[in-house]
Amino acid sequence: MTNHNQLDYLDELEAEAIHILREVAGQFERPALLFSGGKDSITLVRLAEKAFRPGKFPFPLVHIDTGHNFIETIQYRDDMVARLGEKLIVGLVQDSIDQGKVVEQKGKNASRNPLQTVTLLDTIADNKFDACIGGARRDEEKARAKERIFSVRDEFGQWDPKRQRPELWNIYNGKIHKGENVRVFPISNWTELDVWNYIRRENIALPSIYFAHERDTIVRNGQLMAANEVLNMDADDVIERRTVRFRTVGDMTCTAAVASEAFLIDDIIDEISNSKISERGARMDDKVSEAAMEDRKKGGYF
Amino acid sequence: MDILKFLTAGSVDDGKSTLIGRLLYDSDSILLDQLEALQSSNRKNDDGTIDLAILTDGLKAEREQGITIDVAYKYFQTDKRKFIIADTPGHIQYTRNMVTGASNANLAIILVDARKGVIEQTIRHSFLVSLLGIQQVVLAINKMDMVDYSEDVYNKIVADYKVLAGKVDLKNVHYLPVSALKGDNIVNNSTNMPWYPGESLLHFLETVELNIDNSTEHARFPVQWVVRPQTDELHDYRGYAGRVSSGSFKVNDKVTVLPSGFTSTISKIEVFDKEPAEATAGMSITMHLADEIDISRGDLLVNSSYQPQVSQLIEADLCWMDTRALDTTHTYFIQHNSKVTRCKIQETLYKVNINTLEKEQSEDFKLNDIGRIIIKTADPLAFDAYQENKANGGAIIIDSRTNVTVGAVMLRSVAD
Repeated sequence: MTNHNQLDYLDELEAEAIHILREVAGQFERPALLFSGGKDSITLVRLAEKAFRPGKFPFPLVHIDTGHNFIETIQYRDDMVARLGEKLIVGLVQDSIDQGKVVEQKGKNASRNPLQTVTLLDTIADNKFDACIGGARRDEEKARAKERIFSVRDEFGQWDPKRQRPELWNIYNGKIHKGENVRVFPISNWTELDVWNYIRRENIALPSIYFAHERDTIVRNGQLMAANEVLNMDADDVIERRTVRFRTVGDMTCTAAVASEAFLIDDIIDEISNSKISERGARMDDKVSEAAMEDRKKGGYF
Repeated sequence: MDILKFLTAGSVDDGKSTLIGRLLYDSDSILLDQLEALQSSNRKNDDGTIDLAILTDGLKAEREQGITIDVAYKYFQTDKRKFIIADTPGHIQYTRNMVTGASNANLAIILVDARKGVIEQTIRHSFLVSLLGIQQVVLAINKMDMVDYSEDVYNKIVADYKVLAGKVDLKNVHYLPVSALKGDNIVNNSTNMPWYPGESLLHFLETVELNIDNSTEHARFPVQWVVRPQTDELHDYRGYAGRVSSGSFKVNDKVTVLPSGFTSTISKIEVFDKEPAEATAGMSITMHLADEIDISRGDLLVNSSYQPQVSQLIEADLCWMDTRALDTTHTYFIQHNSKVTRCKIQETLYKVNINTLEKEQSEDFKLNDIGRIIIKTADPLAFDAYQENKANGGAIIIDSRTNVTVGAVMLRSVAD
């Protein structure tokens, strides 16, 4: 490097994220960390350890569980919480369904993914959270590319792109009115590859479905889906055993697999470095319309 | 590998989005599904090639209007460096967006249209880049294909810009003739301009040296959080968590806590499970002191030999960012690093017409207005002049009625 004092890029991204997490701790009374079981929120947990140890986290972990999660994700979550000794709050989409607040989608492409917004907003209200830390990154999608690191939501959880606060230097304005809350994205400036390189460097364990494994799959809308009881399958769906892995860990109804021989993290990093399908391309819920993400953010989705 | 954050300043007409699109496209930073979305979009250039500007357009409203109304961040990397682009709009009504994008940039690319040369908006963009303390500037003279790749046109613009650079005090300007549309001098050296011996834009961005201030003189550490586990085995543990904003701290350095003025010595620096002997600008650390003194969030630790200014009455440059005009009778909040205190804008000294650089007497600061003010704070701020140390000289004004960030402040000096 030309300048020996310049931090390595992973060190710089890490230091920035830790700074943001500590700002949350310093500015809010009831923050929470939204934990999905995916690699981005697992990275957040690691960053929280770096920000606050040997103290406790100044926030609980919150998981919005659709009930259609991969079993490997839930196992991972419970093991992790036990190791950390931190508090976990689970919001169940099933509860929202049972209470009649949401209605399950019907048909072949039915998914509980859109329903979790309601469960999330209820969980925020019930616990009076004023800040929710999430693992979204600006490189994921072009609506996210414009979102602030401290993103203020009204009491309906809505994001209004035209009313975003200017965000200057590394000064984050967390002042809000009662009923509003802030979504905070400490790894906004990370790319998918940065996250993987960090996971490798830090030797962070991940749910096994991120790595290549054999699984029964079907092809739906041009994408590989795990064949299981929560997909509404019919006679047209041909089950085939394939070697696949998942690039994101979402709800089983909307998270597509990719054919992959990447059994180890080095293989994954090689695969991503050469890959020509961006990460959210493997999430069917973004494919609905070109402006899908923007619409869902306005509706209070993560 | 390190990170270069840069800003692009120019308007839609200058081909700014095309330039960014070209950088991403030619450096192979566009992924297949994005490319498919591009190709399936019905926006095409006149000659049928894909409109690369779509890559940097974010929001629906912008797509409808064909303009960029906010700051969009784009990421790409090469073997040499990781890049973060702040793509901001160029029209005068979006001055605040450009100020926002510029606040975090190490370098600015200012675009001019080769057919138009240095115009009003070039003055505005250059002034803002200078005001926000960006050290490195690339003047990208775009659309060279439209002026037959003329060396004379290029030389004329360079000469004009040198006069402007002198006026707004920009010292490191790199001049580059390009065509974003055709790809000349963006990633590859152009064969259309053999008279230009220099390197391509990407090569310049990959190799330009970044100024990181790791001097002891500017050792500044705003405390964000106090780590106190209060467990049986860590009963006496008390660590000050924060990010070194500038300069360097070493174990055994004598430090002063501001604004209280207490002094102590650094006994230990922690970065999670490591204990480095030195912490430099940008590192998030936990600091331990030899003495038990009262320190909390909002305090600033500095090297005792090199102290910043401490005052409740400060002269500063202000960019107003809200549709509701500045009210000199209203009490606002000011946030400077981790410190928040109440403040009033006690006096407005002048406004700058950012298209002509002329100073005007005016008390009336409206959206996008920039000028010099005197600010009075409830608690003293420990600050450096922004132009000498950005990291400890920037602050934001928050409206206590709406909680919205309404002003960007570049602190200058203690006011008389």
